[in-house]
Amino acid sequence: MAQTTLVKSFLPILIVLGSAAAYGLWYQKSRGKIQAKAISGKALTASIIGGDLGSRATLVQFSSAFCTPCRATRTLLENVVADLSDVRHVEIDAETNLELVRKLDIRSTPTTLILNSSGLEVGRAVGAPKRDQVFAALAAIK
Amino acid sequence: MTTLEKNQTPVVIDARGPRFSAAITVFVLATALVTQSLPLITFQLVVFLIGATKGPQFTPYAFLFKSLIKPRLKSEFVPEDVRPPRFAQAVGLIFATIAVAGLLSGATIVFTVATGFALAAAFLNAAFNYCLGCEVYLLLLRARR
Repeated sequence: MAQTTLVKSFLPILIVLGSAAAYGLWYQKSRGKIQAKAISGKALTASIIGGDLGSRATLVQFSSAFCTPCRATRTLLENVVADLSDVRHVEIDAETNLELVRKLDIRSTPTTLILNSSGLEVGRAVGAPKRDQVFAALAAIK
Repeated sequence: MTTLEKNQTPVVIDARGPRFSAAITVFVLATALVTQSLPLITFQLVVFLIGATKGPQFTPYAFLFKSLIKPRLKSEFVPEDVRPPRFAQAVGLIFATIAVAGLLSGATIVFTVATGFALAAAFLNAAFNYCLGCEVYLLLLRARR
């Protein structure tokens, strides 16, 4: 009897920790990775994102209040564009721009869209991106 | 952008504090889950309540961190806005409240599921530096309005 109750109550914790560990490994691997996107859909304009487009590329960062890596992402991207005159960084508060968030299917913050010179999305990173990956993605845009 | 700036509160805490607190939370919730202990889950509920209302830097776990762990850490201070961990504490509070209600009413399955979700979130935070607010908050907003 004592043994069955023990098994009964150990099963949930095994399920919880097992699935959380699997999800956590996926989370760690996928967050920050820049996914290249086939160009489709409508171009984003300066008035939609609330800031000028860069002449070569624009990094559009969606942020929210309850987001720790948003700050680090802002610092990184501001740093990246500081040395590049043809690339701009625009930060958008996801909370007050829910229409745009829905339209672009932004699910979590930070999410960074990489736009080409015509404002078309060519890549996106969910989570804080890595510096070298941002440079590589920008180098791929002519 | 202007709203983001306006919402910016100057309260910044050491990010290693909430992560350490999450590790203790994992231990407490895991024990509560296995033993179905009302005192333990109630204790964790009170911790979440303090974390969600006063702030995660005022919980007993944060006190342990400040007095015992922090002086021994060699890594540098990692600044973090207090709002994301506070949001996570509020989510924990909701799950802990459901868990306590489940246990009190005899609905053990409700207790197990709610405690399980809180444990999963705390474990993800402790082990993978998971940002609950990043993943959940926007989805909630999108679903609501």
